[in-house]
Amino acid sequence: MELTLLMYLIPSLIMFGCGIYGFLTRKNMIAMLISLELMLNAVDINFALFNRFLYPGKLEGMMFSLFAIAIAAAETAVAIAIIINVYRIAKNVDINQINKLKF
Amino acid sequence: MDYSQFLMMPQEIGLLAVFLLVFLYDTFMPRTTQRALPLVTVVLFGVYMTWAFLPPSMGKCFGDMFEANNATWAMKNILNIGVFIVLLQSVKWTNDDFVSVRRGEFYELILLTLLGMFLMVSARHFLLFVIGLETASLPLAALAAFEKRYYESREAAAKYVMTAVFSSAILLMGLSLVYGACGTLYFSNLSFGVTATGGVNWMLIVALAFVMAGVGFKISLVPFHLWTADVYQGAPTAVTSYLSVISKGSAAFAFMVILVQVFGSLYQEVWQWMLYALIVLTITVGNLFAMRQRNLKRFLAFSSVSQAGYVMLGVIAANEVGMASMMYYILVYIFSNLAAFGVVMAIENHCGKVTIDDYNGLFKTNPWLAFTMMLAMFSLGGIPPFAGFFSKFFIFVGAASTGSVAIYVLVFIALVNTIISLYYYLLVVKAMFIRQEECAIDRFRSHWTERLAMVICVAGIIFVGLASCIYTSLTKLVEESPNLFLMI
Repeated sequence: MELTLLMYLIPSLIMFGCGIYGFLTRKNMIAMLISLELMLNAVDINFALFNRFLYPGKLEGMMFSLFAIAIAAAETAVAIAIIINVYRIAKNVDINQINKLKF
Repeated sequence: MDYSQFLMMPQEIGLLAVFLLVFLYDTFMPRTTQRALPLVTVVLFGVYMTWAFLPPSMGKCFGDMFEANNATWAMKNILNIGVFIVLLQSVKWTNDDFVSVRRGEFYELILLTLLGMFLMVSARHFLLFVIGLETASLPLAALAAFEKRYYESREAAAKYVMTAVFSSAILLMGLSLVYGACGTLYFSNLSFGVTATGGVNWMLIVALAFVMAGVGFKISLVPFHLWTADVYQGAPTAVTSYLSVISKGSAAFAFMVILVQVFGSLYQEVWQWMLYALIVLTITVGNLFAMRQRNLKRFLAFSSVSQAGYVMLGVIAANEVGMASMMYYILVYIFSNLAAFGVVMAIENHCGKVTIDDYNGLFKTNPWLAFTMMLAMFSLGGIPPFAGFFSKFFIFVGAASTGSVAIYVLVFIALVNTIISLYYYLLVVKAMFIRQEECAIDRFRSHWTERLAMVICVAGIIFVGLASCIYTSLTKLVEESPNLFLMI
């Protein structure tokens, strides 16, 4: 069976949607971070896909996804550090408890 | 590789040199000399800032990824002025007992984020733009968590990092769709690609909406502004002032470059109207929420949301006048907002009070602080002899220069909102001058660096508006920059 662009694109878009859904509904900050990772990975897949299927001669998309992976790793590192920082003082990572600043 | 192309980016190289010197000083100098680090940074940065005013180099380098022209040169200098004032204001705070252990990190991260913003301003390829954006926003999350002894600072950092990563994921998704539709990420090639698709291409419109949402988070335009108040309140005041002027100004400039260069041919049908809705929402909601705030940092947060809407008026014009007036607005906004934050920071460093009610009767005890705050509020609100009036005037002229009726209506809405905003700016002035209070903040003398920063800000508020040559030369610089508005 021939694999077409669409057959890869649909899973990546579903991943992105799941990421947004998870980010908006989860109450645990670690779970929210995992959802963010899903979104970022969906983007990487997209770039690689478009490059492979639509513009196979050039490498721009592949390079971009490499850089995007590195950026995502940096973002996760900072986010994890901050979550640990919050955990040390609040003793949990539930966003319902971390709501001193409002209105 | 041709190393001479590094000469195209003198401002970035100079900033990097300042960063390295500060880093080496922080790492290798003995403990006894560490107390001088803030002043060393300020002096180094001051020397660099004056040096960066040397005439600009024009051209493209690194395979056309990076462009230096008159407009980017002027924008970087405006950002430099703002950062210099922020560094000056933070000297006292970083010599605090709790903060002093990590004071080196504060200055290094600030300088590094500025480098990211420079890349963002000059980028002509989306890869460089994204790297610049991340360099500008990730260290800011770490900076927001800087006051480790306060719970609020940690919570603010958590909120900031979550929204920043979410927004950059949305932005990257938009970029991947742009890449899919056009097959390149160079701004110049993309604009031809966007034109070639012809008429309304749904994939590009979705991509445009994603890019707008992603960058809108950084500028805190209204549907994406929810992080602003919490982060501004929780973060240390030095970081808040940095976030509210420098980060916002650079993102606004880069946003305009992307919109006019990449999506220029979609201006009439699509993004003019998207931006229209965003501006109306931003100005109105920012104003309405600012009215009910009692904490001064939250109050300034919502005021800066509504100011971001005014900055966007220059973007919606999408011509030379619009860009020049936007840069002028950012310059004036730097002086007025940093004056307000300077007063807030001085009082917070002295006694930790930040609500508006604490400011009752401030004029009796600290007339100079009250005077500075009053000038800042007048300038933010746009009362005539001060710079804020001229910047609002020019940005309205810039928006109206497109000549379309819809934009005239938009300018009218913005004008009505200016009157509304006067109400809450004057609430602060009323608290300081008219309200009486038995236990007002006692008389104190702020640190000389804070006073110097305030003097610079007040001078800016008074003279930037009166010296008409500044706006004229900005207009000239933008008009001399090649190919900025080719695609509109």
